[in-house]
Amino acid sequence: MALNTDQLLDSARQLRAEIGDNIHDRLTASIYAEAEQIASRAVTPSGQRSRFDFDRTLDRILTSKTWGFPAMFVLLLGVFWLTIAGANIPSQMLSTLLLDWGYTWLHQLAALVSAPAWLAGLLIDGVYMATAWVVAVMLPPMAIFFPLFTLLEDFGYLPRVAFNLDRLFHRAGAHGKQALTMVMGYGCNAAGVVATRIIESPRERLIAIITNNFSICNGRWPTLILMGTIFIGATAPPFLASFVAAGSVVAVAILGVVVTLLVSAFLSRTWLKGEASTFSLELPPYRPPRIWQTIYTSVIDRTLIVLWRAIVMAAPAGAVIWLSSNIYLGDTSIAGHMVSWLNPLGLLIGLNGVILFAYIVAIPANEIVVPTILMLTMTLGASLAGAQPGVMVELDDAQVYTVLTQVGGWTMLTAVNLMLFSLLHNPCSTTILTIWNETRNRKWTAIATLLPLGLAFTVTFLTASVARLLGWA
Amino acid sequence: MNANEAVNHPPAPSASACATCPMYNGAQLTRLGINMTDWDYVVALAGNPNTGKSTVFNALTGLRQHTGNWPGKTVVRAEGGFLYGDKRYKLVDLPGTYSLLSTSADEEVARDFILFGQPTVTVVIVDATRLERNLNLALQVLEITDRVVVGLNLMDEAKRHGLHVDERQLARELGVPVAPMAARQGEGIQTLLKAIDEVARGVYVTRPRRINHRDPQLEAAIARLVRQIEFTFPGLPNARWVALRLLDGDESIERAVRDGTLGQLAQTPTPQPRPAIRMELEAVN
Repeated sequence: MALNTDQLLDSARQLRAEIGDNIHDRLTASIYAEAEQIASRAVTPSGQRSRFDFDRTLDRILTSKTWGFPAMFVLLLGVFWLTIAGANIPSQMLSTLLLDWGYTWLHQLAALVSAPAWLAGLLIDGVYMATAWVVAVMLPPMAIFFPLFTLLEDFGYLPRVAFNLDRLFHRAGAHGKQALTMVMGYGCNAAGVVATRIIESPRERLIAIITNNFSICNGRWPTLILMGTIFIGATAPPFLASFVAAGSVVAVAILGVVVTLLVSAFLSRTWLKGEASTFSLELPPYRPPRIWQTIYTSVIDRTLIVLWRAIVMAAPAGAVIWLSSNIYLGDTSIAGHMVSWLNPLGLLIGLNGVILFAYIVAIPANEIVVPTILMLTMTLGASLAGAQPGVMVELDDAQVYTVLTQVGGWTMLTAVNLMLFSLLHNPCSTTILTIWNETRNRKWTAIATLLPLGLAFTVTFLTASVARLLGWA
Repeated sequence: MNANEAVNHPPAPSASACATCPMYNGAQLTRLGINMTDWDYVVALAGNPNTGKSTVFNALTGLRQHTGNWPGKTVVRAEGGFLYGDKRYKLVDLPGTYSLLSTSADEEVARDFILFGQPTVTVVIVDATRLERNLNLALQVLEITDRVVVGLNLMDEAKRHGLHVDERQLARELGVPVAPMAARQGEGIQTLLKAIDEVARGVYVTRPRRINHRDPQLEAAIARLVRQIEFTFPGLPNARWVALRLLDGDESIERAVRDGTLGQLAQTPTPQPRPAIRMELEAVN
């Protein structure tokens, strides 16, 4: 006669009570004992260890209490400096190719087949220009940044970052593994949110999900790099410009880590109260990075896939931008109405209506923020560069600076606050969807969306107020 | 066991001596990437984080799963396929875990697949430089399933660190085939393939090591519970492991007992590799 399942479970419970409550430890102990016995029989240390232990020496520096953080800072700065300095020329070449020649050529083609003006406008001035812009702005920095980052990863540096940050996360009441999911978020927040599955405790996992937004993702690096280059880098003497630009981007990234820690600490003391769990983190041996393979996979896996996503998002956004600035309600375009409606709020927080409207258009993908801002600034402001409504134009860095300051009325405050807003604002729609998928909880999805947005408004409002009080802006 | 092999591996009349050479078998590997519709065997790839699972996965399937040496990289399972000999294999890359005991989401993905997905063969990739700790997972996998192959990876690094790892001794201790590898350099993939193939086809019959708890009270309780489990779910392939989990108060296994998931496991016979062998034998006769 078979037992029914309830009887079986009862019996198990009874036996467990008889044995005592340390059964888990006893089971684990016997697994360890068995493993030790087998390993001792199978492994013999043959020759001597090599005299110079490369791994230990390097770890003594990279994970040291004194040098760990400075080393991290220098490595990060190096990566961004190479990215900013290296992306400049290919970016210019691409924009000449795609925006200057490609754009003219397509319009000639449209004239040749005598396409209606609205169709040519929508497809060439809207869809084509938006995608071409995204490619020209994003491809070169990404093609440099990702392989460099992947090389560091392949070398084995990321677990050291987690090791260095662990103490801070622990103090914030969060899980040490959050440092890893945070680093994952530097590629893509949606990926970072999925990666939080490595965190066992639901409380700490939620903290990691909500704060992942403060890891700057692919879509936001270009905004920061552009602002850092044309506003902040430009204040330094030319030979230092790219260092200062890289430094400003690193500063925003570090601020992101600080915000992550602060928000984690806040959450673990309020809505998500609890103790931080401990865990063991393995510091794997350093491995010589396989350079060519890394470059290949990071170009294929990351750069092209991310770029493709940006293009898919940019094409419809381009159409939306073109339509909204060419459909008129009364004597103003839809975009014009939106921008003047958002302007008071934008100016209050040291930004402007164009930027806020661009962030609404860019909810599906942060990648298109800068192109949208430029296009709207040019078409809604005085037509300085002779742009038609809804056309994204080809500009080099100096021209972008001129357009933003003279037409858009930007100041250093606008640039700094845009960088802050870019760091703090709500996650993109893909990430929000991923958060919903991972939590299946409306409340937490809403908090993960609105908490960053609220923080972005608060912080930019504060910096704007302080800057105005001190007479900087 | 040798006699078995002789029966199952008759020299095919048409093949030359090359057929026995591993290089020849290596040439039989066809990477199918994600293009697989049908398969004969399912192979699960388990292991601690950072042991080179994804590197092995890529080498076998020709896919380019992003590899990286830190935990959290693979949190969902990746799938791919390859053709070896005339058999189609589906390969499932599980998240890297240190154990199957605790209940983080990634450990559960790995454990549920090994338990309920019933792979034909489970490959455990272990790090030769950290054998003792890696064996914890291997031993736990051996409690769940018999058909295991151990990929002893990073042999090159072990050598660099002045460690000699005796793969034959390890195979004797664990009772399953062990393939020494340096997957990053592409070494040992052939040996691993051959071992997977032999275990899948039932040519190599494993005798998996069971953990001895060296504790009469505990062992008595296990034995009693195993009898009851076998009563309730006749034919369950891993009653001892289920008994241990129930004694440990594992909630997800208690749930599986209650809602009948475990019962289904007992009813569906594990996809035994028998038919393939029988066909071969028939072909010989």
